Formats: sequence, C-alpha cells, structure tokens
Amino acid sequence: MSLLDKLDTVAAARKALLPEGIDVFGTPIEEVYSSTEAKIGGRRILFLGTNNYLGLTFAAECLQAAHAAIDSEGTGTTGSRMANGSYSGHRALERELADFYHCQSCIVFTTGYQANLATISGLAGTGDVVLIDGDSHASIYDGCRLSGAEIIRFRHNDMADLDKRLRRLGERSRSTLIIAEGIYSMLGDRAPLADIVRLKNTYNSILLLDEAHSLGVLGQTGQGLVEETGLISDVDFITGTFSKSLGGIGGYCASNHPQLDQLRYVSRPYIFTASPTPATIASTRAALKLLHDGIELRQQLWKNVHQLYSRLHKLGYQLGPEPSPVIAILLDTPQQALMLWKGLLEHGIYVNLILPPAAPDGKSLVRCSVSAVHTSEQMDYVGQSFAELRDSIFQ
Amino acid sequence: MASDYPEILQKLCHHLKQLTGPDVEILPQTDLINQLAIDSVKLLNLIMEIEDEFDISVPINALADVQTVQELANLIHQIKSAKQ
Ligand SMILES: Cc1ncc(COP(=O)(O)O)c(C=O)c1O
Repeated sequence: MSLLDKLDTVAAARKALLPEGIDVFGTPIEEVYSSTEAKIGGRRILFLGTNNYLGLTFAAECLQAAHAAIDSEGTGTTGSRMANGSYSGHRALERELADFYHCQSCIVFTTGYQANLATISGLAGTGDVVLIDGDSHASIYDGCRLSGAEIIRFRHNDMADLDKRLRRLGERSRSTLIIAEGIYSMLGDRAPLADIVRLKNTYNSILLLDEAHSLGVLGQTGQGLVEETGLISDVDFITGTFSKSLGGIGGYCASNHPQLDQLRYVSRPYIFTASPTPATIASTRAALKLLHDGIELRQQLWKNVHQLYSRLHKLGYQLGPEPSPVIAILLDTPQQALMLWKGLLEHGIYVNLILPPAAPDGKSLVRCSVSAVHTSEQMDYVGQSFAELRDSIFQ
Repeated sequence: MASDYPEILQKLCHHLKQLTGPDVEILPQTDLINQLAIDSVKLLNLIMEIEDEFDISVPINALADVQTVQELANLIHQIKSAKQ
C-alpha cells in the first residue's frame, strides 16, 4: 500500500463512522466570548470540554502580564531554550515552580507533551524499563518510545498488577521508571499514589507523576495529587502542563534530584524546539500565583463537579469511577456516543467525543470538563439537557 | 524448535479466540491486525494477558516486528527461553 493510500484508508474508516456535514474533531470556534462561552456554527454555545479548570484564560492579571510582555519582549523568542531562547522570564518561572513545589529545581518546556517526551527520554534509555499505566496519555507512550527503553504496561490503577510486573523484572526493577498520572485524562480517576509509592520503594524504582489534570485541582495550594496525599517527597519527578488550569501553553518537570538539570543537555525535545513566547511565560507566571491562592476557585470547581456528577449518576448514565473535573460518560457503542455528542451540541453544549481505539476497553466516551467559573445555572442547564437526551440515547 | 513451542502456540490461540470469537480460523501465518482485525489497543491488552499466562515481561517495543501469530509465538518463546 502506498503512503497516500494508507491515509485514504484512514479517511474511509472515519467517514464510515462519523456523520456528514459536521467536523466532529475539528469544530471551528468562531468567536470566544469568555472562559465558558463561544460562538460555533453561528450560535452561542457553552464550553464543557475545555481543560480550563480554574477559568483563568481571561483573568485580568494574566491578560495584563501577557500584553506587557509582548510590548517589551516581542511576539516570540525565535530560539530554543539552549540558544537565544532562555529569557529571564523563563528562568524566573522555573524558580517559581520549584518554590511552588518546595523542591530544588524545575525545567520549563514548550508544551506538556514535550515535557513528558523530554523527561522520560532523558531519564530512561536502551536497557532500562519504563512501567506505565495502561491508560497513560499519548505523550507518555511517545516519550517511552523516544527513550528506547523497554515499555511494559500495567493494568490501569491495579496495584496487584503493578506489583506482579515489578516482581517479574527482578534486579531490573532498579533501573525502572514507573509512570502514573495524578488524575487520568480518560476516566477522571486518581492514581492510588500511596500504593504506588510503597511499591516503588520496595523495588527501588524511580517514580514520575504527571499532574497535567490535577495541578490547580487537588491540594490546598493546588500542587495536585502529591499535595492531597502528602506524598510529594516520595515522588521523584513531577511533570505537568500550562495548558489546563494555568490557561496557557507549555509544560514543566520539577524534582529534588540534582540530576534533573542535566536534561537540558541531553533531552532532544528541550533542545530542538523554540522556547515558549514571552507572553506565554508572563501569563503563566501570573496564573501560577492565582492558582496557588485559588482556594475559593477550587471550592467552586469541586461544587460544580459534585453537582454535575451526582445529577448524571441519578439520571443513570455510566460514569468514570469517581467525581473529578474530568467527567467521562461511558457508552457501549460509538453511535450512542456520537448521538449524545451531537444532541448536546444542538442544546448549545460543546463536549469531547472519544471513540475506540482511543477510549479504554472498547467503550466510547463523551467527556465533560468542569470549570470553577461555570455558574450554577449553567450546570443546571447541562443537567437538564442530559435528562432530555437520555431516552433517545438508550432507547 | 524447543518442545514447549506447540504449547505456546496453543495457549496463544486460546487467548486470540477470546478476541475474535470461536469460529475464526487461526493459523501460524495468520496476520494479527489485517486478518484478525485486532487493533493496536487490543494487541497491547493481549500482551498483558500473555505476560500473565507465561509469567514473562514482553516489552511492547518488540511488537514492531510482529505481524503474524507465529511471530508472536516466536517472541514469547524467545523471552521464555532467555528467562530459563
Ligand atoms: C495527562 C496529560 N499529560 C500531558 C498532556 C500534554 O499537555 P500539553 O497540552 O501541554 O501538550 C496532556 C494533555 O492533553 C495530558 O492529558
């Protein structure tokens, strides 16, 4: 099959599954009104699929900082972190993130995707083992592939399974990197961190925790699962992203291991790409302060989470195992998921659609993300819309 | 080929039938993805079952060279023999 024929096969498979007339995976947003509302297809719609957990994308402090940085430092750095692209702002943000975690050092990357690629491929290499949760994000899989280490998966959040796989490795568990996520992006459940830490200590492995979805969401100051569980000193490396609760784009890795700094010299995703723009760094620094002090935002976020999760549960929808800002509705067939997604859009609600094989266990998902700045009325309207759609989905 | 090879093949076919249904014919040269329609995620999950069945670690990187049932059986055999 030629290179282009292969893409035609992909297009045919997508066409067979998806309806004509709407671009499910590329819906254009015509105008953005606020952190929660936009214009799509000429209509006002509610965002319920963004990862804007604290609603900071229009925070006055962040806008102001970004405007000032553009005016004083220009639109882009046009250089990599290694050459021309490390401004004092990048360094300051690294310091502030290290202080935020009360740890020794932090490296800022251009995206969260690259933070995982850079950290995993910098830490592990040929002959080492990476032991990853089966539901890991694509950036973790890709980082593992880039590393050249042997990739072994354990069953999602199954600690007996992780134990078994570590035991099988024998002495090699000492050169093994275990990877988990604070909150999983598919089902919204937390990693059982205390058990993972116990196992990594028993087998003398190294632990990396991706807090992409838990930063700003869990813990008193928003550090994530490490703070909620009080286990920060047992996690070797924390990665995360600016593209969710911080409302920007970029990523980081924080650690108490002094070796972290060496990633700057060996990690290709750090070296061979341009650094984040001055505006991005400035808005992220402002957002990090708001996130740290955002106890009320977190309270509001969790209030919204519980309101929607319990409403959907009462309506009989099958949900991810625990309430979290990622609320996944599990459906048996792609057709049902598509119908629900489309029905919600017709009600003016824009959510995420995840079809097999991207969704776990052959299920299809309609995934909602809740924000602190969703109003109680908006949450009510969402619940009402799910109620109206239920019977047509499950008939 | 060592004596436990037929047993590996037989156990592997048993696991494959759970994915394809009992009526599908599975031969050593059967292509996992194109003929049995086992998608990438199903294949990854199958590997976890195989690891447990044979008490071995099968790095998913090794799957890059695996297309047929026989190639997968060979891989299992190779890892199993290296362990003993
Ligand atoms: C768990 C996880 N890690 C990393 C990333 C990548 O983050 P970014 O959007 O900054 O590339 C994501 C984003 O989707 C994610 O869900």
